[in-house]
Amino acid sequence: MGKVNRREFFEEVIAEREANIQDVSIEKDKAYKQYVNKIAPLGLNKTTSTLNQYAGPWTEDEAIHLLRRTTFGVKPADVATLLSMTMSQAVDKILTLPSTSPIPPLNNYNAVVADPTIPLGQTWVNAPYDSNTAGQRYYSFKSWWIGQMLNQDLSIQEKMVLFWHNHFATEVLTVGDARKSYKLNAMFRANALGNFKTIVKNVTLDPSMLVYLNGYLNTKTAPDENYGRELQELFTIGKGFTPIYDEDDIKAAAKVLTGWRINNTTISSYFDATKHETANKSFSSYYGNYVVVGKTGSAGANEVDDLLYMIFRSHDTALHICRKLYRCFVYYDIDSTIETNIIAPLATLLVSKGYDIKPVLETLLKSEHFYDVNSRACFIRTPLDYLVGMFRTMQVNIPTTIPIDKTYTLWNYVRSYGNSLAMDLGDPPNVSGWPAFYQSPDFYEIWINSTTLPKRMAFADLMLNSGFSAGTGTTVKIDVMEFAKQCNNASDPNALIDFFVKYCLGLPLSAASKKALKDGQLLSGQTSDYYWTIAWTNYLSNPNTTNTNTVKTRLTNTLIELLRLPEHHLC
Amino acid sequence: MKRRDFLKVTPAAGLAFMINGIPISTYADHPLLQMMAKSTASTGRVLVVIQLNGGNDGLNMVIPIDKYSELSNARSNILIPQNKVLSLSNTNLTGLHPAMTGIQKMYADGMVNITQGVSYPDPNFSHFRATDIWFSASDSKVYEESGWLGRYLDKKYPGYPKDYPNSDMPDPLAIQIGSGVSMITQGANINAAMAISNINSFYQIVNNLVDPAPATPAGHELTFIRYVMQQTQTYNQVIKDAAAKANNLSSLYPTNNSLADQLKIVARLIAGGLKTPIYVVSLGGFDTHSNQTDATDTTIGAHATLMQKISEAVYAFFDDAKLLDFHTRVAAMTMSEFGRRIKSNASGGTDHGSSAPVMVFGPGVNPGIIGSNPVLPANASTSDNIPMQNDFRGIYAAVLADWFELDINDVNDILMDTFPVLPVFKGARTTINTQEGGSNEALEQNYPNPFVNSTSFKFNSDGGNVRVQIFDANGRLIRTITDQQYDRGQHEITIDRSSMAAGNYFLTLTNNKTKSTRRMTVVD
Repeated sequence: MGKVNRREFFEEVIAEREANIQDVSIEKDKAYKQYVNKIAPLGLNKTTSTLNQYAGPWTEDEAIHLLRRTTFGVKPADVATLLSMTMSQAVDKILTLPSTSPIPPLNNYNAVVADPTIPLGQTWVNAPYDSNTAGQRYYSFKSWWIGQMLNQDLSIQEKMVLFWHNHFATEVLTVGDARKSYKLNAMFRANALGNFKTIVKNVTLDPSMLVYLNGYLNTKTAPDENYGRELQELFTIGKGFTPIYDEDDIKAAAKVLTGWRINNTTISSYFDATKHETANKSFSSYYGNYVVVGKTGSAGANEVDDLLYMIFRSHDTALHICRKLYRCFVYYDIDSTIETNIIAPLATLLVSKGYDIKPVLETLLKSEHFYDVNSRACFIRTPLDYLVGMFRTMQVNIPTTIPIDKTYTLWNYVRSYGNSLAMDLGDPPNVSGWPAFYQSPDFYEIWINSTTLPKRMAFADLMLNSGFSAGTGTTVKIDVMEFAKQCNNASDPNALIDFFVKYCLGLPLSAASKKALKDGQLLSGQTSDYYWTIAWTNYLSNPNTTNTNTVKTRLTNTLIELLRLPEHHLC
Repeated sequence: MKRRDFLKVTPAAGLAFMINGIPISTYADHPLLQMMAKSTASTGRVLVVIQLNGGNDGLNMVIPIDKYSELSNARSNILIPQNKVLSLSNTNLTGLHPAMTGIQKMYADGMVNITQGVSYPDPNFSHFRATDIWFSASDSKVYEESGWLGRYLDKKYPGYPKDYPNSDMPDPLAIQIGSGVSMITQGANINAAMAISNINSFYQIVNNLVDPAPATPAGHELTFIRYVMQQTQTYNQVIKDAAAKANNLSSLYPTNNSLADQLKIVARLIAGGLKTPIYVVSLGGFDTHSNQTDATDTTIGAHATLMQKISEAVYAFFDDAKLLDFHTRVAAMTMSEFGRRIKSNASGGTDHGSSAPVMVFGPGVNPGIIGSNPVLPANASTSDNIPMQNDFRGIYAAVLADWFELDINDVNDILMDTFPVLPVFKGARTTINTQEGGSNEALEQNYPNPFVNSTSFKFNSDGGNVRVQIFDANGRLIRTITDQQYDRGQHEITIDRSSMAAGNYFLTLTNNKTKSTRRMTVVD
C-alpha cells in the first residue's frame, strides 16, 4: 500500500512548508507573543560562580555539555574521547584546530548549468566569475558549508566559523559572488581562534564585506558611511550600554576607509590613492580626540591601522566581543553579576593577551561558571544545532562516496530545511546577524514559534520514518539500531532510555517519565525489562527480519516520542 | 454514499472504467476523489480498543463451566471455584470471572459479544512479535510496518496529514491515551494517532497548564517551549473545546483504576463532539507468570484485580455513554497479544499461550457468544494450548464491514486477505465476502454441481500454501477444507456435504499469489 511513495510524500509536505517560509512572522504569532520574554528573565536562581577553574566532577554530563556548546550535537565517541582526558585537556583538545583545510566547494551544478571553465567535481573558488553559474555557486558554497558542519572534527572550529559569520554578517546572495563569500569563510576558518584585531582588519578589507557594506563605493567625493558605522556599532565598540561615539566618529571612520577597491579577477582588495580622502580625521572625546593623520599616496592604505588602533584602545571593544562570545557559548542573559564576574575579567584577559581569542575561550570553557548547573541546558538549539546536531548525535551519515553532485544535493536539503526554520546559512537576515543573538529580551526564544516548532518536530518524524533522498536515490535517515548500539548496555532498557535521554534531551527526565517511556514504547506495555533484553539480544545474535523489526519498531516509537519532547530543543 | 456507489453513478454505463480517457483506477487512487467519495460516508461510529498488555488468561476470564474436570487437572492452584463463577444470562455452560459483575450485567442487557478461541495460525508467543501481529493484522510469518486501523484511516482520510485538519475532519483521526502512539494506527505514511501520553497531559491541555520546571535558566526556556508546544499542537484546541462542552455524568467510575481514568476522557471527548472514530486505551499487568491469584483464595489477587478493573471501567463507561447519549454509536473491544497456557505453573501463574476470548461491548453488538467452549485435554501438559476457533482478523473484518460499514473490498484490502466476517454486530449487513472470479487455472469448477452428497474439485498449485474454504451466501465461513503446503501440479479434493443446508455457497482458494472463487450449489 503505497510504501514506495512514503518518502516522496514527506518530501512533498516539506517542500510545501519551505515554500511557506515567509510565514515565519513572529509579529502575528499569538502563542509566541503570549509566552516570550517581556523582560529579561526574573526570579531565576542566582549565579555567583566565577571564572575560577572548574574543579568538580568530570563525567559524561560535563563532557556532553562542553560538546553541545562547542560542536554541533554530541557524538558518543567524542564523549568517550574527552572522558579519557582531564577537563582541562579536553578543553585544550576542543580548542585545537584541525591542521588541514577542507577541500573547497566544488562544481556540483554542471548538469544544470555548464560552467565554461570548471568541470564537474572541480573547485570554482579561483575560477572566473560567470553570470550563468553565479546562482549555482551560491548553493554550492552554502551546501558545502553544511557539509563542513556535518563532517567537523572534534574541535570548536565550525562553531567559531558560524560565530564569526554571525558577528561579521554578510549575505551570500547580496554579495553576489560566491568566490568572495568563500574567501571570507576560509579566513574565518583559518582564524577561528585567532587574533580579533587581525580578523577585524581582514574583514575591513575583505572583498565580500566591501561589496556588502558598500566600502568599494566609498570615495573622498562621495563617502559611504555604511561600513564605518557597522564597524563601530556592531563589530567592535557596540552600542547600547553607555553613550559613546557620535555621528561624527562614523563620518570620520568612513573617510579613513575611502579608496579601497576590489579586483574581481584576483578576488582581492586594493587601495586606490586617488579615491582616498587625505585630510586628517578627527574623532570625538570618546576616542580621546584621536586624530588619524591623513596620508597621501599608497601610504593612505595605512590609515586603517590607525583607525583600528584607536578602536581597539577602547575597552568597550573587548567587552562587546566578550558579551557576544558569552551569548554564543553560555546564555543570553547578562545581568550585573555576570557582567562583573565573567564579562569584565574576560575582557581584561582579552586585552592583556593582545586580543587573542583563544585564551579567553579557554578560560571561559574551563571555568566553574561554564559548568555551573545554571549554565547548562539553557541554550535553545539554533536550527543548525538542531538539524546538524541530530545527524551527528544519531550517526546519520550523508555519504561522500556517491557522485559529488548528489552529496551536495543532500547537504542542500539540510540547508534548505534550516532556512524553513528561519536560519539560512550564509544569508542571515541583515548585517546584525540572527536576532536570537542580539534581540533583547527575546534572544534564543525567537527560534521557537508556532511555525518553526511544528516544523522541527516534523523533521524528527521524517528522519525516524522515511528519511529523505531529495531525488538522489540515496536515502538519508536515522538508523535507530546504529544509534542504540552506541549505548554500552543497550540490552538493559533502563540504561538505553538513560542513554537516549542524555544524548537527545537537554534536561534529564523524571524517573516517572523515563519509566512511562520505557513501559509504553520500549516494552510496548509489558512490565518486565527482560522482554526488551531478549529482543535486543536476539537481534544482535540473529538480525533476521523478525528480530530486526521487533527492535526497530520499538526503538523508532521510543525516539519519536523522545524527540517530540520540549527538552529536545535545549542544549 | 459509499465510494463504490459514487464511482458507479459518475460515468455513463459504457464508460464505466474511464473518465475522460483516464482509467478509473487512477482516479480512484486520487486522494481528492477518495475524499469526496468518502467524506459523506461517516457513520459517527466510534471504536474504542482496550489493549490488555501482557497476554490475558482467557480461561480464567470466560470460564468453560463444562470443563471443570479438565481445568482442575490443569490448573487447580489458580482455578476459580465453580460455585464462584458468575453465570451468564443465556447459558449455563460458560461463566465469567467473579470480579466481572459489571460485565455480567451488561451481558444480561445484551451489550456483550464474546468470541471464543481467538488467535491465528502458527501463533507467536513473544510479547513483542505477537503484539505487532495483532496491531498489523499480518500473518504470523509476515512483517507489516503499518497497523490495521492505520490502513483503515488511510482509506477513510486519504492523504493525511496533508490538508488536515479540514472542515470535514477537524479532529484527530485517532487518539491514544496512556502511552505513546503505537503501531496499530500507523498508516502507510504516518501514524495518524494523537498521543495523550498520560492522564495528566489531558488535563494540562484542557487547563492550559504545563509541568513546573526548575527556577534555572534551563527551566525558564523549557517552560517557554512547553507553552509554545502546547499552543501549537495541531489538535490541542479541538481537544480543549470538546472537553469544555461535556463532563462525565456517570457516578459509577471507580477510583484507582487507570483504565477507567482513560475511558472517562474518551467519554468526555466523544460527548464533546469530536469526530474522531478511533480511541486506543490500555491496561497493563496481564503477564501473570506467577502469583496470578491469591495463594489461598483464587478469586482474588493480581488477575482478579485486572478483571475487576476492566469490568468496572467498561460498565461505568457505558453508563456514562448512555447518560451522555452517545451509547448507540460506540463499541469497545478488548485485545491482548495472546492467551495463556491451559496448565498453570508451580509459581501460581500461567505462561504464554495461544487462543483466548475477545470481548466486544456496546448496544450495537450481537449479544452472546461466537464459538464454543474450548476443547481441553483431560490432562493438559505444559505443551498443550487452547485450539484456535476464530481468526482475530474475523473480528477486525466485522468492525470494518459492519461497524464502520466499509466496502468489503476495502476490508479485504486492509486485512490483506479474505476473512470470514464474524457476526459480532447486531443486524450485520448481509456481507458477501466472496465474489466469483479469479484464475481458472487455480481453481476449477467443482463436479458434480449442484450436488447432493459429495463433490470434487481440482486446483493447480505452483507449490506453497493453499487454503480452500467454503463460505455461505452471507460470507460466513462454513468450513476450511485445506490449509497446507502442496507440491507444484494439479491436485484433486473430494468433499462431502456434511451439515450444509441446501443453498448457494462459495468455494474459495487462496494461495500466496491468487484468490479464486467458484459458486457451488447444494440441493436436497
